[in-house]
Amino acid sequence: MSDITILIDGVEVKAQAGQTILEAADNAGVYIPRLCAFKELSPYGSCRVCTVMVNGRPQSACTQPVAEGMIVESQTPKVQDIRKGIIEMLFVEGNHFCMFCEKSGNCELQALAYRFGIAAPRYPLLFPKRELDASHPDIFIDRNRCILCARCIRASRDIDGKGVFEFIGRGACRRLAVNSEALLAGTDAAATDKAMDVCPVGALFRKRVGYATPVGQRKYDHKPIGSEIEAGKGAK
Amino acid sequence: MSENLDKAVRDICKACGNDRGRLMDIVRGVQEKFGQVSSKAMDLIAAQAGARRVEVQSVVTFYSFLSEKPKGKFVIRVSNCVPCMMSGAERVARSFEEALGISMGQTTPDGRISLEWTACIGMCDQGPAALVNEQVMTYLGPDRAKGIVEVLKTHDEPPAMSLVHKLGDGNNAGDLIRSAVHNNIRKEGPVIFAPVTVGAALHKALSMTPQEVIREVKTARLRGRGGAGFPTGMKWDFTRAAEGKDKVVICNADEGEPGTFKDRVILTERAELLLEGMTIAGYAIGASTGILYLRGEYAYLLAHLENALAGRRKAGLLGASVGGKKGFDFDIRIQMGAGAYICGEETALISSCEGKRGDPKNRPPFPAQRGYMDKPTSVNNVETFCCVARIIENGSGWFAEMGSRGSPGTKLLSVSGDCAKPGVYEAPFGIKLSEVLSLVGAANTIAIQVGGPSGQMVGPKDFERTICYDDLATGGSVIVLGKGRDLLKVAAEFMEFFVEESCGYCTPCRVGNVLLKERLDKILAGLGEPADMAYLEQLGQTVKTASRCGLGQTSANPVLSTLKNFPELYQSLVKAETDGFQRSFDLAEAVSQAEAITGRKMIHMH
Repeated sequence: MSDITILIDGVEVKAQAGQTILEAADNAGVYIPRLCAFKELSPYGSCRVCTVMVNGRPQSACTQPVAEGMIVESQTPKVQDIRKGIIEMLFVEGNHFCMFCEKSGNCELQALAYRFGIAAPRYPLLFPKRELDASHPDIFIDRNRCILCARCIRASRDIDGKGVFEFIGRGACRRLAVNSEALLAGTDAAATDKAMDVCPVGALFRKRVGYATPVGQRKYDHKPIGSEIEAGKGAK
Repeated sequence: MSENLDKAVRDICKACGNDRGRLMDIVRGVQEKFGQVSSKAMDLIAAQAGARRVEVQSVVTFYSFLSEKPKGKFVIRVSNCVPCMMSGAERVARSFEEALGISMGQTTPDGRISLEWTACIGMCDQGPAALVNEQVMTYLGPDRAKGIVEVLKTHDEPPAMSLVHKLGDGNNAGDLIRSAVHNNIRKEGPVIFAPVTVGAALHKALSMTPQEVIREVKTARLRGRGGAGFPTGMKWDFTRAAEGKDKVVICNADEGEPGTFKDRVILTERAELLLEGMTIAGYAIGASTGILYLRGEYAYLLAHLENALAGRRKAGLLGASVGGKKGFDFDIRIQMGAGAYICGEETALISSCEGKRGDPKNRPPFPAQRGYMDKPTSVNNVETFCCVARIIENGSGWFAEMGSRGSPGTKLLSVSGDCAKPGVYEAPFGIKLSEVLSLVGAANTIAIQVGGPSGQMVGPKDFERTICYDDLATGGSVIVLGKGRDLLKVAAEFMEFFVEESCGYCTPCRVGNVLLKERLDKILAGLGEPADMAYLEQLGQTVKTASRCGLGQTSANPVLSTLKNFPELYQSLVKAETDGFQRSFDLAEAVSQAEAITGRKMIHMH
């Protein structure tokens, strides 16, 4: 039978065999925070924000399949502090200036910081040198904000069938690159690509639409990130 | 020139079957021929191999031995691992810099010679060590460095032996290796260094059923010898039982944990035993494909290993109907690495075999279920395969009698650092650290790094502890630190290693290691505060808990184990701030840019 019962923070959650913990939680209205996971894309497991303890061991909820009787801890102080630390690491790793960012108010990283009550990161800001790419007439890439979630890579490859993006470099030098010597303008990327819909932050952006929504009317001005899941409406 | 590139790249791709899965071999071939994999070359490779250009770029920019920009005809890579640094690698580096007139990381203006640091090349018992292209230089000193530069400046093809001052021992002196590398086998044991009768273990295995072979390995309670210690029989059980008739055996010869060089000696002196063990594994699991993933730094052993494979094929021990057993076809190909410690992690190794960058994979599924090219795969260490062959030959009972209850058998230890007799020791599991110190001739030892940077740094109070999977585990690396060594500086060098080697896939490892190093450096600079100790502990635990693979799960250990075992070293360096500012805050420096821009000096200064 495909019906499985797992426990998340002591509460029984019904799941289907083949689902990941994240999918099961979303369907049950239990919010596990995440950044690199996206409903239509295969799990990537890079951000580690969705870390949960599974039978005492840490796993990413987005990649871990459910199993009968699995004991998942999500809202414990230990797990919450790990998630908070990871979000803070993402802030200090890049150059995230919310005050002038086109994604502000609709940004998943920013919204998570609000949800976790992060006023300032506990880690020192690293101020890396990151490249911009405004070569394309309709799209810009601002790597200061890129959190290496690979949503654009996966969407461009698996949904758009274009493969515009990929990571190059290793370690702290790992960064987004495009499938052309001549920057983004040399690729077949288009503003209508699915890849342009999926960036959780202000790293991959359509030109000429920034700041269109006034402060107070943006997505996360109304309700904290995760609210739709908690309201039982399922994952976005 | 461009037709030259075009034709050469086409030929290299063709020789690799225009196979996207052979991308590692293709880019290595182009790098070797042109000293770089240029933008144009990437376009050509992409077209020939059916990959995207940016995928080729992804591979080229991942591995240390590949480059988009041109490197010299000769590339000198000086090992900066802790044992090499302890024996004087800095002075050797300075000597190279002086003789070449360039700094580390640069190429001579004529484009002929490049000079750079490289992570541990597995020569820790005979450092300072360096690579000149694929040739290994050991026991280096400043004068020899000068001499090497002279040869490279005046010879396009350095005459054989002009770079080598003295041939090494055993097979190192033979025609196929012809190297200055020494085995330094200090203590032989019954499992690895006992004599080998080629084919004996294999024929015994073939007289059993595959299931019986696995049962024998399980009864011996053999655990993986790479460091993690996963039960080998169990891994083989899972792989054999997995769906799919095409199964794969992979040998992890990526030996990259600093301080580890025991597999290098096995590859040099016991290649037959290793290949026998791999073949037995193929029989047990039901695989016809074997891959030996050899770290790029051991390219000097390639001819020797290819020769061993050719010999076994000729003797019918590889190929169709191995050992006369109808239905059991098995062969082994060698996959070269290109300079990446992370490729010692089994799923990153598999990614590399598949022609990709060495990113570890999501698990589940585990390699036993879906590994190389999505086929059920068993990745095992060099030494593990050797143990398998001996277990089949001499029996599981014989093997399990040695060592300890939880860790049967012997372990090869590669010992380096402050000791009279660095080298390879075959010791029974359960040996105490104090016994190891005695064997290697170490005196006034203040700490031992067991298991390399990803292991534990322990002090004298722990010297009665044992080497085994349930106490102090190691893949072989044992670094002895004597009186006068700055242990926190060693820890900082270990952190630098992890920062350099992280693949960068997941947040806690990519960012967390940089942050750990930042704070440790600050403490070492005398600017640390007492709160920094709790900061490092919490940060280290976050990295350890949330990281996606074994690298990140152990990269905080240099900090965590020194906090645990040597807290007094931190306490002696940190000082509480007294004036309300963090000790590392320099007010004058903080306003200097603004002063320069405005042309005014700040009035109020502390």
